[in-house]
Amino acid sequence: MKPRRQRLVLVVMIVVGVGIATGFALRALQENLLYFYSPTQVAEGEPPEGRKFRVGGLVTPGSVNRTEGALDVSFDLTDNNTTVTVAYAGILPDLFREGQGIIAHGRMNGDGVFVAEEVLAKHDENYMPPEVAEALDQVHGKDSGP
Amino acid sequence: MWKAFVRWFHRMASPPHFYAAASRWTPWFFWSAIIVIAICAYGGLVLAPADYQQGDGFRIIYAHVPSAWMSLFVYVNMAIAAAIGLIWRIKLAHAVAASCAPIGASFTFLALATGSIWGKPMWGTWWVWDARLTSELILLFLYIGYMALRSAMEEPSRADRASAVLAIVGVVNVPIIHYSVVWWNTLHQGPTVSKIGEPSITWAMLWPMLGMMVGFMLFFGAILLTRVRGEVLARERNSKWIKEVAVS
Repeated sequence: MKPRRQRLVLVVMIVVGVGIATGFALRALQENLLYFYSPTQVAEGEPPEGRKFRVGGLVTPGSVNRTEGALDVSFDLTDNNTTVTVAYAGILPDLFREGQGIIAHGRMNGDGVFVAEEVLAKHDENYMPPEVAEALDQVHGKDSGP
Repeated sequence: MWKAFVRWFHRMASPPHFYAAASRWTPWFFWSAIIVIAICAYGGLVLAPADYQQGDGFRIIYAHVPSAWMSLFVYVNMAIAAAIGLIWRIKLAHAVAASCAPIGASFTFLALATGSIWGKPMWGTWWVWDARLTSELILLFLYIGYMALRSAMEEPSRADRASAVLAIVGVVNVPIIHYSVVWWNTLHQGPTVSKIGEPSITWAMLWPMLGMMVGFMLFFGAILLTRVRGEVLARERNSKWIKEVAVS
């Protein structure tokens, strides 16, 4: 083999080798790389018990209950399969609304309610002007217009 | 066709020839970048409608998305140049790789900073350790590590080879960054443009963003050529052709 060819093979082998090693490492860390659990995963008991974790889902329309005169709020998060109730006391992000993707950080209490210490809004990959969003809502007959 | 390309490539690999060609091309890249970026800034900041959810806040994508995209593009460029330099022992390729690093690091920083500024009002936080943000931060560290490694070595040829290996190893991070939002649950949104099927963004919002990407690429071309010229001057400072260039 010419030295140049040898170096080419070496470089390709470095990339492939490091790629495979990284692939295995990421597979092993899969669980830790998940930023949040879905309500279904929570119902199946996947998150570690007694520890803080994140749950993410869509806010069920009509489930938001605000306490009069306080910051306390409770709402349901759903992945259209299972629902988990979240209780939170604090300021909600601008994008928080019914039907919006939300990630809450906290832990489960004894009554099956998720007590959140932090609530973040997850925006989606759709970008459109309000008129288009309205038109889409009318077509789909959604009751939760933006 | 291929033969002509190979001949052109070999000619470009000669420093005096490259130096002269780069001097001619730089203003073309620079001015076309300015024009394209100006047009697309107008398209994105004035002509494009406000978003249904984020209002005018979404307009930061016209800086954020092209810089994030460039941070990956520049890295791949750097790794390929480093590999060419390593395999074919072309010094100019190493000079290109070395010149890519600070530009790429700047784009990465810009992507992280604009994302953070936007994240505070929209998500409710400056920073989270989700897969996309973390892997992009690792990219910034790769760039910085590459530059640190180069500057730690006195001898250019040794610095070239050592840093080339680092650049090539780091290239595995590029697909991880790109697919992080698909493989794992992240706070960062999923792909808008590159997903299968129609891009889920209105054309009036999309074209300035795609144009911005072209503008950023041209800008990168202008800066890269300028930096490589500087790099070539420093490396060849004792050669005869440099003296001829300096005198003329």
